[in-house]
Amino acid sequence: MSLDRVMGEGYFTTTVDALTKWGRSNSVWPMPMGLACCAIEMMAFAGPKYDAARFGSEVFRFSPRQSDVMIVAGWCTYKMSHAIRRIWDQMPDPKWCIAMGACASTGGMHRCYGVVQGVDNFLPVDYYISGCPPRPESVINAILKIQDKIKEQQSLKLDS
Amino acid sequence: MELEKKISRKKPTYFREHQEALYKSLEDKHATVEVDKSDPLTTRMTLNMGPQHPATHGVLRVLMELDGEVITKCRLDTGYLHRGIEKMAENKTYQEFMPYTDRMDYISPYSNNVALCMAVERIAGIEIPERASYIRMICCELARISSHLLWLGTMIMDAGALSYFLWTFREREKIYDIFDEVTGHRFTVSHSRIGGVNNDFTPAAVEKIRKFIREFPDELKGWHKTLDRNRIFVDRNSGVGAIDHEEAIAIGLAGPSLRATGIAYDIRTFEPYLHYADMDFVVPTRTEGDNLARYYCRMEEMAESVRIIEQCFDKMPEKGPIRVDDAKKSYPSKDEVYYSMEGLIHDFMMTDTGVCPPAGAESYHAIEAPKGELGFYIQSDGTGHPWRLKINSPSFSNLQGLETILDGEMVADTVVLIGGMDPVMGDSDK
Amino acid sequence: MNTEIRDNILQDIREYLGDDLLELNMKQTYPLLLIPRKRIHDTCRFLKNTLHFAYLNEIIGADRFTSEDRFEVIYHLVSLRDRWRLFVKVLVDEEQPLLPTVSDIWKSANWNEREVYDMFGIRFEGHPDLRRIFLPEDFKYYPLRKEFPLLGVPGSLEMPNTTPDHD
Repeated sequence: MSLDRVMGEGYFTTTVDALTKWGRSNSVWPMPMGLACCAIEMMAFAGPKYDAARFGSEVFRFSPRQSDVMIVAGWCTYKMSHAIRRIWDQMPDPKWCIAMGACASTGGMHRCYGVVQGVDNFLPVDYYISGCPPRPESVINAILKIQDKIKEQQSLKLDS
Repeated sequence: MELEKKISRKKPTYFREHQEALYKSLEDKHATVEVDKSDPLTTRMTLNMGPQHPATHGVLRVLMELDGEVITKCRLDTGYLHRGIEKMAENKTYQEFMPYTDRMDYISPYSNNVALCMAVERIAGIEIPERASYIRMICCELARISSHLLWLGTMIMDAGALSYFLWTFREREKIYDIFDEVTGHRFTVSHSRIGGVNNDFTPAAVEKIRKFIREFPDELKGWHKTLDRNRIFVDRNSGVGAIDHEEAIAIGLAGPSLRATGIAYDIRTFEPYLHYADMDFVVPTRTEGDNLARYYCRMEEMAESVRIIEQCFDKMPEKGPIRVDDAKKSYPSKDEVYYSMEGLIHDFMMTDTGVCPPAGAESYHAIEAPKGELGFYIQSDGTGHPWRLKINSPSFSNLQGLETILDGEMVADTVVLIGGMDPVMGDSDK
Repeated sequence: MNTEIRDNILQDIREYLGDDLLELNMKQTYPLLLIPRKRIHDTCRFLKNTLHFAYLNEIIGADRFTSEDRFEVIYHLVSLRDRWRLFVKVLVDEEQPLLPTVSDIWKSANWNEREVYDMFGIRFEGHPDLRRIFLPEDFKYYPLRKEFPLLGVPGSLEMPNTTPDHD
């Protein structure tokens, strides 16, 4: 960190870092990995009544290159898991992942041959939402928790 | 050389046989195309769309070969949501399996519940009380409106107008509120029971439904005003994906897509179930068979649904049982379970073994779900578990038709056509 | 619909099949015919062309788990003219799970037959595009057979890497 020497000790880890965290946490753009029923609740979460735009998640970015948090909504089959992983790999760092609903978190009621028992088998999940399907309020809660996580844990030093 | 190495490094390595077979199958599909070598715009290319694509309404993968901008042939790859629901059915009692049907066509779960319960009631010979069947009808029609609203919002969003998504979701939220009041959950309701329904309407729920059907026709009229003569919308949909009735029957379309070609195949009139025979309603049909005709069919169906709900309220008995009063066929009421020994035992037995249809019985029952005919074929071996339960899902039939319809269309219309067919992958993939 | 037309349809079927009509089950709401394997293709053609069962609704596979004639395939036909349904059943042996395709009679049999193949491993001769429909081609089992465990065979379907495939 040569800039540290120029600007003074701790400049990056305090002022700029605080500004970046504030900016990042208030512009969490979701990548809607809508697979099944939970996707409908995720649409309700973006829709008029619950209005995710209030929390800085106003746009659903269908391109992984433009999104910060992936919401895996619905049960994930083995056939689909490869596509999800590829999309996750294409998302730029820093990135976060929310497993929405029982199926994405643990396989849920779909304890059967086709379903991966929890997307955390191949994705680093940051927040699990319970419910089958969760109400949109819980998704808002998850986004707020992700914001907290960004504010508390993320640092510019981690990026470099 | 360097580029090739780079490309090969980024190529997917999973399910190799599957990918090869899929591309080979596209090669094999017969289609004769005149390629004009002198025109550089008619270049052949293979385009892969999905499984994650904003317009595929779930996880559908479309593989198409293009000649310029025209799709010469295409293949649909489904199964990205296949979890083996029929296998799970064989390991559950009939009542236990019902929550899984919620997750099939997750846009109209109530219809699926009713379809399963009625199929089991037919094979086990259970008659349900009158009030319960009216409650089922009202909720089924609400589910139909809810499903068509989602179709309207997303299909028009695919055609380029975002605001309809917001408007239809506003109306859908009202239906969600109704279901929340009636059943206790927003949309995976699991409200129907074998032999009746779980609980009666509360006065607040009746008030909400009445308010909704009073206000909804005005909304519908407003949408008709903005869409019917909307030049962009009509140009985008008229003549797109047109199919005639003979071809539609041959490829086995279902529901509004079939009715848009002029075939009035609606299970509500084909073989009336519940009290649909007493209702005064028409089955909307069109003859054009294109995407615009599908739009009109669905819009008119929503208006008919409102009419059916009004008539249900007129004919519904004020009071009455909502479940069969026979502990061998249906769950006892919660009062009985909490305050009597027999009730508790019956509740336990229903959960443990459940309804046992006669051994060797085979039966089929279908209802008209929002997307078409939804039927359950059940083979019983005399236990509480089905020996074989086959789901006849409308989205599966429609997707199969889509493979034929997409041939010869423009690539830009793919999105609107998928939206117009209204497939739900959870339903199709089982 | 009156019973006269239905009786006529059944009479026509009886006349056409003769002794090959192994069983006519009328216990349920709709008739269920049991016919031998070799007659399935021409019977289907007859049902479609002569008796107007123009709409093939679905094809159902089932595993009876018996040592002889293990599988059964049920064709679910709808006559839009006469407002009636008909179920035609054939039995298939485990040793030689082969049936002639009906996708040349009804186009909609295409995906339905692929589904039966995917779930039970019954092959349809003459099918234009017999691939698995739901599961990937790399999967070597037939999940709806009774011996297949509900939770699947571990390792039969691959899971993605937990590290990026490429840089």
